Amino acid sequence: MGELVRLSGITKYFGALMANSSIDLKLHAGEIHALLGENGAGKSTLVKILYGLLSPDSGEIRINGEVVTLSSPREARARGIGMVFQHFSLFEDFTALENIAIPLEGAVADKALREKVRAKAEHFGLAIDLDRPVYTLSAGERQRIEILRALMQDPKLLILDEPTSVLTPSESEALFKTLDKLAAEGASLLFISHKLEEVRRLCTAATVLRAGRVVAEADPRAVSARELAGLMVGDGVIDLRAAAAHSYGEAVLECTKLTVEAESIHGVRLSEASISVRAGEIVAIAGVAGNGQSELYAAISGEGGTVTSGTIRIAGRDVTAADINARRRAGAAFVPEARLGQATLPQTALSDNIVLSWHATEKIGGLFIDKGRLMDVAGDIIQRFDVRVPSPDPLAAQLSGGNLQKYIVGREVKRNPKLIVIDQPSWGVDARAATHIRQTLIDLAGQGTAVLVITQDLDEALMLADFIVVMREGELSPAQRVHDVTREAIGMMMTHREHGEGAHI
Amino acid sequence: MIDTLPLIIATVMTAATPLLIAALGEHVVERAGILNLGVEGMMIVGAATGFAVAVLTDSSVVGLLAGALAGMALSALFGVMVVFFATNQVATGLALTILGLGLAGLIGQDFVGQPRAAIPPIEIPVLKDIPLLGKAIFTGDVVFFLSLILIVLVAFVLNRTRIGLLLRSVGENHVSAHALGLPVRKLRFWAILFGGLMAGLAGAYLSLIYTRFWSPGMSAGRGWIALALVVFAAGHVWRLVLGSYLFGGITVAQLHAQAGAIALPSQLLSALPYLMTIAALLVLSLSGRKGAGAAGSLGQPFVPER
Repeated sequence: MGELVRLSGITKYFGALMANSSIDLKLHAGEIHALLGENGAGKSTLVKILYGLLSPDSGEIRINGEVVTLSSPREARARGIGMVFQHFSLFEDFTALENIAIPLEGAVADKALREKVRAKAEHFGLAIDLDRPVYTLSAGERQRIEILRALMQDPKLLILDEPTSVLTPSESEALFKTLDKLAAEGASLLFISHKLEEVRRLCTAATVLRAGRVVAEADPRAVSARELAGLMVGDGVIDLRAAAAHSYGEAVLECTKLTVEAESIHGVRLSEASISVRAGEIVAIAGVAGNGQSELYAAISGEGGTVTSGTIRIAGRDVTAADINARRRAGAAFVPEARLGQATLPQTALSDNIVLSWHATEKIGGLFIDKGRLMDVAGDIIQRFDVRVPSPDPLAAQLSGGNLQKYIVGREVKRNPKLIVIDQPSWGVDARAATHIRQTLIDLAGQGTAVLVITQDLDEALMLADFIVVMREGELSPAQRVHDVTREAIGMMMTHREHGEGAHI
Repeated sequence: MIDTLPLIIATVMTAATPLLIAALGEHVVERAGILNLGVEGMMIVGAATGFAVAVLTDSSVVGLLAGALAGMALSALFGVMVVFFATNQVATGLALTILGLGLAGLIGQDFVGQPRAAIPPIEIPVLKDIPLLGKAIFTGDVVFFLSLILIVLVAFVLNRTRIGLLLRSVGENHVSAHALGLPVRKLRFWAILFGGLMAGLAGAYLSLIYTRFWSPGMSAGRGWIALALVVFAAGHVWRLVLGSYLFGGITVAQLHAQAGAIALPSQLLSALPYLMTIAALLVLSLSGRKGAGAAGSLGQPFVPER
């Protein structure tokens, strides 16, 4: 089929940092083209350029053979380019219909638009309640709004930036059906994803980026997921090593019938959640984001959360009313989801950031902080956990996401905790760092630490955990041995409410 | 009592109108995600400029216009700083109030104590002859009627039109709005200018219609009350109207109480509107609706990457 879009020699710098370097990319009508690469490989920069959000330093964009300058998303849309964002660009307090109206030239959320939207939704099998405010909707429903919004302008090219990262397997499957239909009708799709099996299922062409350059073009149906991963990472993928066989000890974390109030008006209330993690065991809590995970993390760590009933015990001690430091003294370590601002102070040196969690349990000085000791500890973490640093003791904000996460995990591991609770260990972390962090957790469990992982990434849960617990609408399922469950069964448990709603697709 | 009722209603309206106008302006600004704490400053500059120009041109209508424009000019300064230089909105707004109070003193220094004749009231034919209420509601000054139109206009534009939708989206989530290609900074700047226009008009109303003389500091915290009203309204124009008239009512009741038989220190009664402001905000924040009603990106500076 005909060539629709051609990027040639696209180069973009942010200051001295090279994000894209002479990138060439061809997209044909009716094609689902995968854009692959690790975090930081330059995928997001490239699609932002294509959507008019960033302007390239050099290079040209041709649409149907004509050289165009895309200086705003409005122009890109006028040229037939639509985009579905990774972190949804929706307006929480607005209804679905209002959200759809916003980027449409001249549209208001009225009856005429409603009719048009409904017809389009029906055509593509997207079930959406147009009058509910977005904050009441699930991730899958939100994404359907995003997609419908992009489709309202009949795009010739639709860019999807990691569209399945927050979806359950059945939601992803429904999305693929929509995308297949779209491609069959002649649109071109640019699909960004980390999930290589998905790419192989859906895409007919692939371009692989590494460190801002195109390193390969491949037909994803013809090569294995492992080969694709090899192309993305470069020098071979490292597999996880299982820990040596070991038996589980006493329960280190026991939450019994925990009821916690929602954090905010958009939050979720936990009701009678029970979970226990034994020494030497990794338990993963899987679930779609926004089902009460942040409330649970806050309650277990003692950072926040209004516990109205139930108990939390760490190493046999009742800590339900204790603060985070008391819990640390009981033997727990916590790695929150937000790396900057919660786990570390962004504008503070790595060495000083040690104080944040260590002051509760370690000797780090008397009246004055023992800076020498902090420097030693920081140096040790950097070396042992393979943290790549731009200078010996940089500010936390100067590290990439993956390196900072390795540092934070290292800081907690070095305290030799009996229990480590980690929220989204590899969110936004490149594949190599993610593997490193996962391996650290596995080794830690092998040495007898109890590990609780809260993750949205089902694959991560399945590859790490001994036991898996599903979180949905503030409730926890009973723990199931990972070897006894299938991906599909867990996927169903994550969403069975949405299943009913999506039935008329 | 029955005889004085129309008079009381009419005074309540005059007391409420400047609050309502300033609050309507700030309401639009906050819907666009900007917190302008300079309302008091823009109001007082509007009052001083309006009065000065009215005296110089011998036209109160020209004065009202000039006051409004002066408020807008001050808001343009604020807008350039917070929108284009992404300065801290709270600090910049407070600075604007301090600047405004000083500037107003300077502008108005030659006009202190000069009296000004009233603008002849507008009377709505037929309706004004309704017994009791007719004279109170359907006879009023030009700005009062303008404020009624503005209520409808602001509510309609914000909720029913395209520009209102865009303005609200920019306030709700400026990152998303930018990602969709909306001109975040331009929309916010226009909203700020509108807020300034309204605050200036409200100020000119104070000096030209409400008191009909100029004295430094005469806005007496009304800008802050208007800000509190916007919080109290939590996104609903009708609550803004309700709040404004409630406060107008309290102001007038307080005046009557001072003159009348209530044996309370007059200072306490004068403080009543301000105490009510604090009480209203306290009730609102204690009712547990964390951040409900405020625009999602309110007060956060926005710098687009390019």
